[in-house]
Amino acid sequence: MNFDLADQADKFVMLLGGLVAFVVLVGGLLLVLDVIPTRLATRREARLAAAADAGVPIAAGAGRGREGWLAAGFLAPALLLLAIGLIFPAVRTTILSFMNRDSSAFVGFDNYTWMFGQPDIQAVLLNTLIWVLVVPTLATTIGLIYAILVDKARGEAVAKALIFLPMSISFVGASIIWKFVYAYRSGEQDQIGLLNQIVVWFGGEPQQWLLGQGYKLNTLLLIVIMIWIQAGFAMVILSAAIKAIPAEIVEAARIDGTNAWQMFWRITLPAIRPAVIVVVVTITIATLKVFDIVRTMTNGNYETSVIANEMYNQSFRYGETGHGSALAVFLFVLVIPIVIFQIRNIRKQRSEA
Amino acid sequence: MAVKSRPRQALAVATALGLVLTAAACGGGDDDSSSAGTGDCSTYDAYKHEGTEVSIYASIRDTEADLLEESWAEFTECTGIAINYEGSGEFEAQLQVRVDGGNAPDIAFIPQPGLIKRFADAGKLKAVSADTKTKAEANYSADWLKYATVNGQLYGAPFGSNVKSFVWYSPKTFTEKGYKVPTTWDELIALSDQIAGAGGKPWCAGIESGDATGWPATDWIEDVMLRTQTPEVYDQWVNHEIPFNDPKVAEAVDRAGTILKNDKYVNGGFGDSKSISTTAFQEGGLPILEDKCTLHRQASFYANQWPEGTKVAEDGDVYAFYFPAIDASGGKPILGAGEFTVAFADRPEVQAVQTYLASGEHANTRAKLGNWVSANKQLDINNVANPIDKLSVGILQDASTVFRFDGSDLMPASVGAGTFWKGMVDWINGKDTAGTLKYIEDSWPK
Repeated sequence: MNFDLADQADKFVMLLGGLVAFVVLVGGLLLVLDVIPTRLATRREARLAAAADAGVPIAAGAGRGREGWLAAGFLAPALLLLAIGLIFPAVRTTILSFMNRDSSAFVGFDNYTWMFGQPDIQAVLLNTLIWVLVVPTLATTIGLIYAILVDKARGEAVAKALIFLPMSISFVGASIIWKFVYAYRSGEQDQIGLLNQIVVWFGGEPQQWLLGQGYKLNTLLLIVIMIWIQAGFAMVILSAAIKAIPAEIVEAARIDGTNAWQMFWRITLPAIRPAVIVVVVTITIATLKVFDIVRTMTNGNYETSVIANEMYNQSFRYGETGHGSALAVFLFVLVIPIVIFQIRNIRKQRSEA
Repeated sequence: MAVKSRPRQALAVATALGLVLTAAACGGGDDDSSSAGTGDCSTYDAYKHEGTEVSIYASIRDTEADLLEESWAEFTECTGIAINYEGSGEFEAQLQVRVDGGNAPDIAFIPQPGLIKRFADAGKLKAVSADTKTKAEANYSADWLKYATVNGQLYGAPFGSNVKSFVWYSPKTFTEKGYKVPTTWDELIALSDQIAGAGGKPWCAGIESGDATGWPATDWIEDVMLRTQTPEVYDQWVNHEIPFNDPKVAEAVDRAGTILKNDKYVNGGFGDSKSISTTAFQEGGLPILEDKCTLHRQASFYANQWPEGTKVAEDGDVYAFYFPAIDASGGKPILGAGEFTVAFADRPEVQAVQTYLASGEHANTRAKLGNWVSANKQLDINNVANPIDKLSVGILQDASTVFRFDGSDLMPASVGAGTFWKGMVDWINGKDTAGTLKYIEDSWPK
């Protein structure tokens, strides 16, 4: 197993080739993107000037056709990829959700009745609901409070970096860290889990946290991980929004004699409303899709499964393509209203601006 | 479940190391010491296909994968067939993705007959060549071939196997405390009571295994099922000819529960009986070495889990005895499992590799490298070094053995790798037998 550099030469050549290809392709594309529109614009200007010289009235949108083609040309690859990567699979998944296990015959709504009829799948849906309700609310709230507290405080950068750090860890990495926090060893042994060690210090019995002792405790403990990751994201966006509030407004409010409480509810919150909505929507969609945390921590055992995890298991591990597709479609349907809300929101902001 | 047949130390480092090794093997090739070979290529004449490549995909990783590649090094050299081996911890799910995505490997080692049937029904698998069939029929018993036969068509030869009906113990502790290896179920329970009476915990167990959590408990149930019922009833249960919540199954589950759910018996070194579901199966038996428990029912491949330096032998630190039958008159039922070499392509070189893997030559070459058990009749027991492997091969080759394949691997995946595992986890955590079995029965695909 001695690693001979010369032996690997062909791989390095390949790597170099790849790099060169990348530079040529991307550089070329950037060049084209820069040159063509500039040339088209110069030409149009020249034409307009010529027309003006000749005293010919200029039709609105004249000479736009060519630029339209250009735009279509640049959009086409993206549209094509979108069709292959998103639209086609979505349609296919929807069709599969009405078919049986191995997609050989149509079964109508059987997969959907299965989904809402099985107690363990009902538990999955309930868990997803809990996730979606708790994570965006708490993550945004914590992020907001933190952003306001550290705003203009001493050591703001360090304080922000601290809470933003979890963002940079992958979900799986974060889950493994928290697995150690929740780890269990029986009373007579040394605890390796932080939470149980704290319990033991206070004279308690170590608990098997992830097994769940009612009230969905284990699901909530998994939710903590997601909040830990997402609060940083919320904090960063909201902090930027707070800083963007015009100083005059804040000053005017101060002069009018607002206290901190009024300042928050009457000035800060309305001013950063668009940012809050973006944060909530983004976290909600991320939460609906949560998979890594559940799979790493419990793989959906002990009634902690969520839709995305169950979808993966049904489709790829159990070979129940119909069931998996139905779950996927349901997840898709759940996301749609949020996306529509977000789009309408953006439109409204634009028309207001 | 394939997980059962491989040590899952699952170290990313080891995987990375394996990749480097593979890469190195691809580059060089000439310098590897194919120790097992005689250097004589004439035995491989029938398999020659110069300049061809065959890809193999399986769940076997790390050290075992290295041994596997070593076992066919000479074959590759003599026949000119390069074998690209890839082992994955996500084998079961990824294989389906690859096959459905039109990127199937040439050969896969599938440990679940249920999965073989699904691929065969979908028309993805190629039936074995006449040569492979002849070799497979000569080298393996009809019992084993049955598992790779779908609609009368043979799709692969058995390959590696393991024996699950073992109880691990420490011969040292047994001698010190004067315990005797139990040969009947009653003696086993009497021994457990004796240990529990002295204030110890006789059993330890662990069923946590990542996304496969629960499988060791299904093995328990299957093993007890073979002891409380006849093999015929076991077959009916596996084939869903009797419902999953049949009273006969409930009886077996309850009997397993007298050990697994008995806080006086379990879980030595880990906590109460609920701790079974959060204890990694790899660590499940280790307290035996610290004398925190005495007995651990687990398959032959658990030999790989003992820390380095542990002597696995009849007079060593750990060894295993046969999980005793309840009624000795019914013979010695054995629960086991193994992989099958199925092909997704029928190019001549693929068939040649498949045939070679079914041969006695390969089985012996592989066995000489260590850590290998197979039901191959040509396998010379003298080539098997490890005592527990020797014991297993002996049992597999014994004609009087009543062998049954791991039931959960035969069931449809949504049960065998899904609700059965999940149900067992819930059962260990306190759910009652009737509720658990009904949950599994309701999930059986109609």
